[in-house]
Amino acid sequence: MDAKQIAEIEVDVLLEAIRLRYDYDFKNYARASLKRRVHSLLAKENLEMPYQLIPRILYDQNIFDKFLSEMSVTVTELFRDPPFFKSIQEVIFPVLKTYPYFKIWHAGCATGEEVYSLAILLKEAGLLDKAKIYATDYNKRSLDIAKAGIYNADNMEKNSEAYLKAGGKKTLNNYYTQQYDAFKFNDELNKNVTFAYHNLVKDGVFGEMHMVICRNVLIYFDKDLQNHAFTLFDNSMVKRGFLCLGSKETIDYSVLKSQYETFSKPNKIYRKIN
Amino acid sequence: MVKPDISVIVVGVSQGGLEALGILLEALPLEFEKSIIIVQHRAADSDSYLSEHLNLISPLQVKEAQDKEPILPGVAYVAPADYHLLVEKQGTLSLSDDERVNYTRPAIDVLFDSAADCYGPRLMGVVLTGNNSDGARGLKTIKDLGGTTVIQDPEDAQVPAMPLAAQAITQIDHTLSLVGIAKLLSNL
Ligand SMILES: C[S@@+](CC[C@H](N)C(=O)[O-])C[C@H]1O[C@@H](n2cnc3c(N)ncnc32)[C@H](O)[C@@H]1O
Repeated sequence: MDAKQIAEIEVDVLLEAIRLRYDYDFKNYARASLKRRVHSLLAKENLEMPYQLIPRILYDQNIFDKFLSEMSVTVTELFRDPPFFKSIQEVIFPVLKTYPYFKIWHAGCATGEEVYSLAILLKEAGLLDKAKIYATDYNKRSLDIAKAGIYNADNMEKNSEAYLKAGGKKTLNNYYTQQYDAFKFNDELNKNVTFAYHNLVKDGVFGEMHMVICRNVLIYFDKDLQNHAFTLFDNSMVKRGFLCLGSKETIDYSVLKSQYETFSKPNKIYRKIN
Repeated sequence: MVKPDISVIVVGVSQGGLEALGILLEALPLEFEKSIIIVQHRAADSDSYLSEHLNLISPLQVKEAQDKEPILPGVAYVAPADYHLLVEKQGTLSLSDDERVNYTRPAIDVLFDSAADCYGPRLMGVVLTGNNSDGARGLKTIKDLGGTTVIQDPEDAQVPAMPLAAQAITQIDHTLSLVGIAKLLSNL
């Protein structure tokens, strides 16, 4: 066995230690970026080899927390990929309008920007009051930020631009109050939103959704775990429900391929057949 | 020790890339059977023009990489703007929006490291024109794990900094012009 294979075993053993100790299972995360993150944590802790993390992580919850934040990258922004938001207004909103009420699930909502972005557009379409929105993540710190709805005001210009590109009909400052270098979204936007902890690896279905949005989360999973998540979404979906993925993600290589039709190819909007 | 055949070529390029990639990919033969995976530095909000343009002028199929896409022979994959592109052991591509590396996403080092880890001696790494040092460390990883290293001749490069940076920290197997690199690839 060569050194590379032994190094793989080290990582496997580390992940198994984490699973047994903290009940987080990273075995089926996309391996290449998982290894990058393990190495990034090693560098921060002045360690060299993955096995050196094992005792640290077993006995020191703080190190595990650091690992967890390495593993839950929170790159996100308001109206990320504006054409996606534009497209859901054009192709999904007309369908949502036909329901007396509907449910939306943001899986892997991170710090919540995606949730507020959609809520604003639902509001402008007169749909927000008919919506019950679930926004979940397995990073509790991110969820706290999402719940508070308070963000740094540094990028306001960029945000406003994205809002307009996404098809926003007013101006973004209708929806928040600014104080110094922070702004807070109005409470009307999240009054129908439940922010909750949910781990896509082990937690199950919790409702019947008309629309599931899971963007830039599945890229961190390997194919098996992706299929697990896809099946979970499918089991949560009403007949003819919509599934929305990130702009570089696809169901093409998954178990759902034949069960969903493509509604917008560039914007990764799929709809359940049957 | 006999080197196993190269099966995958990873390419990193920055300033001057559109032209350089054009020359390189245009010159490859239709029956080219290796896979090429490319990181070109570009703005976070750029669209898929680059891959569409290259696809038009190259005999190979050139496409923007999608997550979990299988790596097929005779196809060139380009990293999408604003995502790192990585290679997985199963022979698939994966994307990540992890933090920038060397101030850039996609980063050449990220692709090179992960590809070297998967392919070892069956990998060839190529560093082309560019005005920073991304790719240098990754090319060293490729060399350390038994792969073949190639840089664009700094004299031939629109911006020589990137090949020079690579050459400064690792042993280079081939220093060639773009046309020379195309020939080398064609004869693999
Ligand atoms: C890059 S963010 C995506 C945020 C947003 N959806 C977007 O596209 O901008 C990825 C999120 O996935 C979450 N995540 C990763 N693994 C998860 C899991 N097993 N269960 C739930 N959330 C997970 C991370 O905590 C992180 O907040």
